[in-house]
Amino acid sequence: MFDFGPFFDNFDQILEGFWATVRLAAAAAVLSLILGTVLASFRVAPIRVLRTFGTVYVNILRNTPLTLVLLMCSLGLNDVLALKFSDTSSVTYYWWAVLGLSGYTAAFVCESLRAGINTVPLGQAEAARSIGLTFTQSLRMIILPQAFRAVVAPLGSVYIAMIKNTTVAAAASYAETALVMKTLLDQPSFTSGALPLFIGVAVGFMILTLPTGFFFGWLHKRMAVAR
Amino acid sequence: MTDSEGGPELTKGDGPDDAIPGAGPLVVVEHVDKHFGELHVLKDINLTVNRGEVVVVIGPSGGGKSTLCRSINRLEPIDGGTILVDGKELPKEGKDLARLRADVGMVFQSFNLFAHKTILENVTLGPIKVRKQGRQESEKHAMELLDRVGIANQAQKYPAQLSGGQQQRAAIARSLAMKPKVMLFDEPTSALDPEMVNEVLDVMTGLARDGMTMIVVTHEMGFARRAAQKVVFMADGQIVEENTPDEFFTNARTDRAKDFLSKILTH
Repeated sequence: MFDFGPFFDNFDQILEGFWATVRLAAAAAVLSLILGTVLASFRVAPIRVLRTFGTVYVNILRNTPLTLVLLMCSLGLNDVLALKFSDTSSVTYYWWAVLGLSGYTAAFVCESLRAGINTVPLGQAEAARSIGLTFTQSLRMIILPQAFRAVVAPLGSVYIAMIKNTTVAAAASYAETALVMKTLLDQPSFTSGALPLFIGVAVGFMILTLPTGFFFGWLHKRMAVAR
Repeated sequence: MTDSEGGPELTKGDGPDDAIPGAGPLVVVEHVDKHFGELHVLKDINLTVNRGEVVVVIGPSGGGKSTLCRSINRLEPIDGGTILVDGKELPKEGKDLARLRADVGMVFQSFNLFAHKTILENVTLGPIKVRKQGRQESEKHAMELLDRVGIANQAQKYPAQLSGGQQQRAAIARSLAMKPKVMLFDEPTSALDPEMVNEVLDVMTGLARDGMTMIVVTHEMGFARRAAQKVVFMADGQIVEENTPDEFFTNARTDRAKDFLSKILTH
């Protein structure tokens, strides 16, 4: 029952799956941070159209199952509408997975960040305006830097959830860890190695997520703004 | 603080696009009305502030003093009337308004120093990002200003590491760094421990002597007597009395002012 043989026999394949997971998570982390910041800026902007766009976007993406978002990207946009990033199918599915996961995670980044913006005292924005900074300048130089520092820890949780959410990309034809695992389990000869495989993959994810959590915790302490 | 020789130039202000730089009153408030919902907080306010004049606004809480002060750089929008700064009406929004605000210094009750920036960065941010000055020039000027307000040795610290009095002096330096035409003070000493009030008032008195145009909302009667040319008494959203400090404190014309003074001066 606890035969680790098959697990190590296919170790290369599993490692490849994890590498695909890391590439997806890293790209989604960067993209969702940028997109989330833009959305949060929209949601506090003095222009109504931008605020409405931000609100609608967040409420749609945050309340749609990720599987649906990713299937929409891969099957809907890539396959049916033929909006392809590349003619190589692995490349185009990768980028659709990145885009879908980023778009979805950005809604959560945006909401964390907006909570952070609410922790910045109103006087900071008033002082920024009083020395002649425009809205965009005061957001970029005064409000957002302080908002980010306030929400480093919650952002860590968002990113841990995002790393685990990469497993859903298997549904969107992207060959990451979960898909490798499912392929291995489908082999009739593999039944004896099922439990060790689960354990191995779980440990693999912890190797990715635990340091992420520690890193964000450390960063939070280091960056905290004294008032 | 009386000796301004060799100190940084504080009263410079005329930008290149001024219609008639240096002519006429600096701030003109005409028939200004302002509501907060049902509450009529500014009722037909008229006020003229000349160049180099120090005007102290005094009166009971909720009388509209702070609102008037904040409306002069449009931190509070007004419902009616006009406000002219150096002959130009306040722009409604956008870049023009930002440009005007750069010329109008503001000091807040709660200091509002940028919490994530050092004192020096607080003072240089405006000159670098708004005035587009070089970093070196801005830092040199900032250090002169910090020296002038007596906290040059705190330049590398963060606001939370300073006392209230030091923070407020840093905030004054931050405003001065923009070389404003006029400075607004919104109860600058009300949040301070008593022993720190004077260090801030000394800086303000020095500014007044150097000819800075100032509008000061305060309860500090000593400062009003010492530094102001004009006292404006506000109550219930109206300017009840405009007078010289000496006349106002010894021989107020209106009953409302006499009543207010009797309540605060007997203690």
